Parts: sequence; structure tokens; C-alpha cells
Amino acid sequence: MLIAIAAIRMRDLFGVVILFGVYSLLTAVLFMDLDAVDVAFTEAAVGAGVTTVLLLSSLRLTRRWEAPPRHNPFFSLLVVGVTGAALVYATLDAPLLGDPSAPVHKHVAPHYLQEAAGEVGMPNIVTAVLASYRGYDTFGETLVVFTAGLAVLLLLGFSENGKSRIETSAIHDQVALKVVVKLLIPLILLYALYVQFHGDFGAGGGFQAGVIFATGFILYDMVFGVENARAVMAVAWLPRLAALGVLIYGGVGVYSMLSGKPFLDYSALSADPVQGQHLGVLLVELGVGITVFSIVLSIFYALSGRRRQS
Amino acid sequence: MNEIPGLFNYWVVVFLMMAGFYVVISQGNLVKKLVGLGLFQASVFILYITMGNLSGGQAPIVTEGVFIYSNPLPHVLILTAIVVGVATTAVGLALIVRIHEAYGSVEEDEIHALDMADDDTRLQEGAEREESSE
Amino acid sequence: MTLVLEWTSAIFLLAGSFLCITGGVGLLRMPDFFSRVHAAGVTETLAAPLLLCGLMLQMEWSLDLVKVLMILLFVLATNPTATQAMAKATLIGGQKPLVTESESTKGDSPSNS
Repeated sequence: MLIAIAAIRMRDLFGVVILFGVYSLLTAVLFMDLDAVDVAFTEAAVGAGVTTVLLLSSLRLTRRWEAPPRHNPFFSLLVVGVTGAALVYATLDAPLLGDPSAPVHKHVAPHYLQEAAGEVGMPNIVTAVLASYRGYDTFGETLVVFTAGLAVLLLLGFSENGKSRIETSAIHDQVALKVVVKLLIPLILLYALYVQFHGDFGAGGGFQAGVIFATGFILYDMVFGVENARAVMAVAWLPRLAALGVLIYGGVGVYSMLSGKPFLDYSALSADPVQGQHLGVLLVELGVGITVFSIVLSIFYALSGRRRQS
Repeated sequence: MNEIPGLFNYWVVVFLMMAGFYVVISQGNLVKKLVGLGLFQASVFILYITMGNLSGGQAPIVTEGVFIYSNPLPHVLILTAIVVGVATTAVGLALIVRIHEAYGSVEEDEIHALDMADDDTRLQEGAEREESSE
Repeated sequence: MTLVLEWTSAIFLLAGSFLCITGGVGLLRMPDFFSRVHAAGVTETLAAPLLLCGLMLQMEWSLDLVKVLMILLFVLATNPTATQAMAKATLIGGQKPLVTESESTKGDSPSNS
């Protein structure tokens, strides 16, 4: 809470962005405390990592300092205060924290908790619900990520050959950084693959894995320069990979339809229904991971390759 | 009164939500507005996860000897919401960058003033063209 | 045996927490950027492994222990690198460390932010 207040009051936007990263990390810790391990994982990777990098990239292209406020904040505070009071009044009817008789625990959730191990065959119930029971929603969200990446590319576009940025020589001196990063990046990518395929058994899954995989590439781009990064991962491939991820996901669904079953019914993939569920979840998470990775990386390239125009 | 510990999480959520709301409506800088929107988003995530928590429950991964799990449904919703949130923040940032290139500033007041000046010059030009064509 | 383990684990945890706190105090009270980053980097690079060792002593041999060990090695590798990178970037950016006025440094402008 204090961090939120500090983030509001500061006028140095660099400090605001860093405080926002700290706020995201604290939120991730709070999620851990509330037994939401998958969510904490995602929030830490995305909020404290990727969002900070993207905000800093856009700060580089705009202004770092905020202009002093010009109008009286009294009216805004009044609106905020009234809304807050109304919401607090509403929370008085809310179920208490951890109350087992709350309506959210009544309807579908017990069914998922009891049946997931039997029907889907994987211990991580969150992945089972995400990829199998609510697979249609996840398909929609993958499409949203894909569309957002397309929107960013339409607005900003990749720079032609990566040479439009003025090369800063500051990073060339940092020998210690380069050595350590060279050692770390294979470990980061390996960890991302582990998270991707282990998501059935522990915390993990396609979304987190895609973000961590992209983080490895972003780290490489930041330390070794944009030409090396483009040589490793050609920019033209990123939209194709994103489309490939969505295609895998949709392809599984269409294959099920062509086999005579409903869209995204995994039992069409194999004779044994549990085996079909496993295969379906694996393919679907792979599609999600590929799409998230390529979209996050292309957003970073689009923002960081933009030349600062005054 | 003994409901206060149970409701404390919700009040924290409301506070953070209002903090984010305040930033969005009162601060002029566009990047800071986006950060405020992020504060708002995170508070909504906390709200959902709080509602899904079950006292005495464990993380929803089936393990030996554990019988009470926290509700996995909110976790699923919020997991995708986080990733979608970063994607939409990226779109917002791209828009801000283009606005800065077009107007030269990311302060709401300055952009508004430039737009009004632009409208005024256009009205003037339209009036002059009407006069010269009569 | 377990008593010895518990006591060493407690000592490690306390030492780690103490270092964290002193690092925080140093971060707030030091006058110059370079001394601040030095205070934070040194204390926290020792504090995090101490805390993690304290935790490891309380766990039995399992996969989780190896994971905590990997986290410890990771922190030990990245924290000093990040500190060095920050300090070098600031130096290249133009700030100079705050030094007391003496014959050799008269005329240098100190950085004090």
C-alpha cells in the first residue's frame, strides 16, 4: 500500500517504474501466501520482469520527468473517496477470507478438484482447468495476446535492419556482465523449457514458460547488442512463430472436429481418453508458449528498436 | 467486529483500486496513467485470489496426504488475465510512443491544447476560404 | 544432532536478517550513489545465501533442497554482477564518486544524489 502511495507522489518516472516493479513483486509474494502458486509465478515473471522492461523502453522514447501538476486534485480525491466508501460498504457483505461456505466454492470447483486427477490425469489442477476444462477460454486469450502483438507491430513496426539505434558503447566495457550473462542465458532457457513441460505436475505452464523464454532473449539483446540478437533470432520469424502457436492450438480443435467430436475435445486424439487429454494439454500448452514468447519478444524489439525522434 | 480480520484483504484491495483510479483520473502524464492502470489491475487480481482462498487449504496441486485445496478457478482466470494485461499495456505504450512523436509531449494538458489550437486554425482557414470564394 | 542443526539454522537466519537490515539502513543513509550501491550489494549478497542456508538446514534431503541450493548459487552469481553493472553504468553516465576535498581532487565536482 505504501509503495502505491509513493508511486503516485513521485515525479521521476524512472522511480515510478521501479516502484511498480517492486509492487508487482510484493503482489506475487501475497499470492504465494494465499496459496496461488501458479499465479504468483506468472505475476513475478510478467509484472516484475517484462512490464518493467517495456515501461523503461518507452520511457527512453518519451520523457523521464513528469510536468508539475496544474490543477487542484481536490475534486479527483472527492470522486475517489466516494467510490472507495461505496466499495467498502459493499465488502461488508462479502464472504470472509477462507470461508468454506462461500458461493465460489460450491458449484463447479469441487467437481474439478475431485475429477481432475481421474479425467485429465495430471496433478496440477490449474493446468488441467486451463487447458482442458476451460480450453476454449484459453484459446481466446491466446488470440488476444496475438492481436495485441499485431497491434504493437502495426503501430511501431520493426526497424529495418536493427541499425537505426545509435550504438551505445557503454555496454562494451562491461566484461563481468557479459561473462555472467553468457553463463546464465542457457540456464534461463533450460528453465523455461522445464516450466513448459513440467506444468502438468508442478507450477508452470505455457504462459510462464513463454515469458521466461522471451526474457532470456531480451537479456541477450540488452547485453550483447541488437545486431547479435537479430543474428540469433531473425526478426522476420517472430510473427510467423506467433501465428504458428495459434495455429497449433486451433489445429488441435479442428482435428477434433474433423474426427467427429466437438471442437477441442481431446479424446479424439487417442484411443485412451486420459492419454488423449495428456496429448491435448501438451500440444495446447506448447502453442500458448510459442505464441507468448514470440509476442513478448516482438513487442520488446518494436519498442527498443524505435529511434528517438524529438 | 470480529469480521475485520476476514475483511481486511478486501479493504486493502479497495485502497489499491482507489489509488490506481486516482492516478488514472488526476495525473496528467500518460505513462503514469498507464502505471496507475497497472496498479488497478493488480488490485483486482488480489480480489479474485482472495475470494478463491480456502482456510486450511493448500495450493491446488494434487499431492499425497492433502485433502483440502484452494479453489483453482480464480487462479486460472487470473493467470491468463496477467499475461493479457501485459499485452494490453504494451499496446498502450506503443500508442503513447506514437503520440509523443506526433505531438512532442505526453502530458495530457499539452496534447489537449495542441488539439484545440489545431482545431482553431482549421476553423479559421475554413472561414477564410469561404470569404475568398464569395 | 537435530538440536545442533536447529541452532545453526537459527543463527544463520538471524545473521541473514541482521545483514538485510543493515543493508537497508546503508541504502538510506549513505551520502553518495556509489557507497549506497556498495552497501546494498555486499550485504545482500551475503544475507541471501545465509538466509537460504538457514532454510536448507531445516529441510530434509529432497528435490526441494536442491532447488533452494540452485537459487542460492543463482543469487550468488547475479547479485554482484548486477551491482558492478549498475556502478559502471553510472560511472560512464557521468557521475563521479563523492570524495573528500584534498589537493589532488580539488576541482572535481562531486555527485551527491
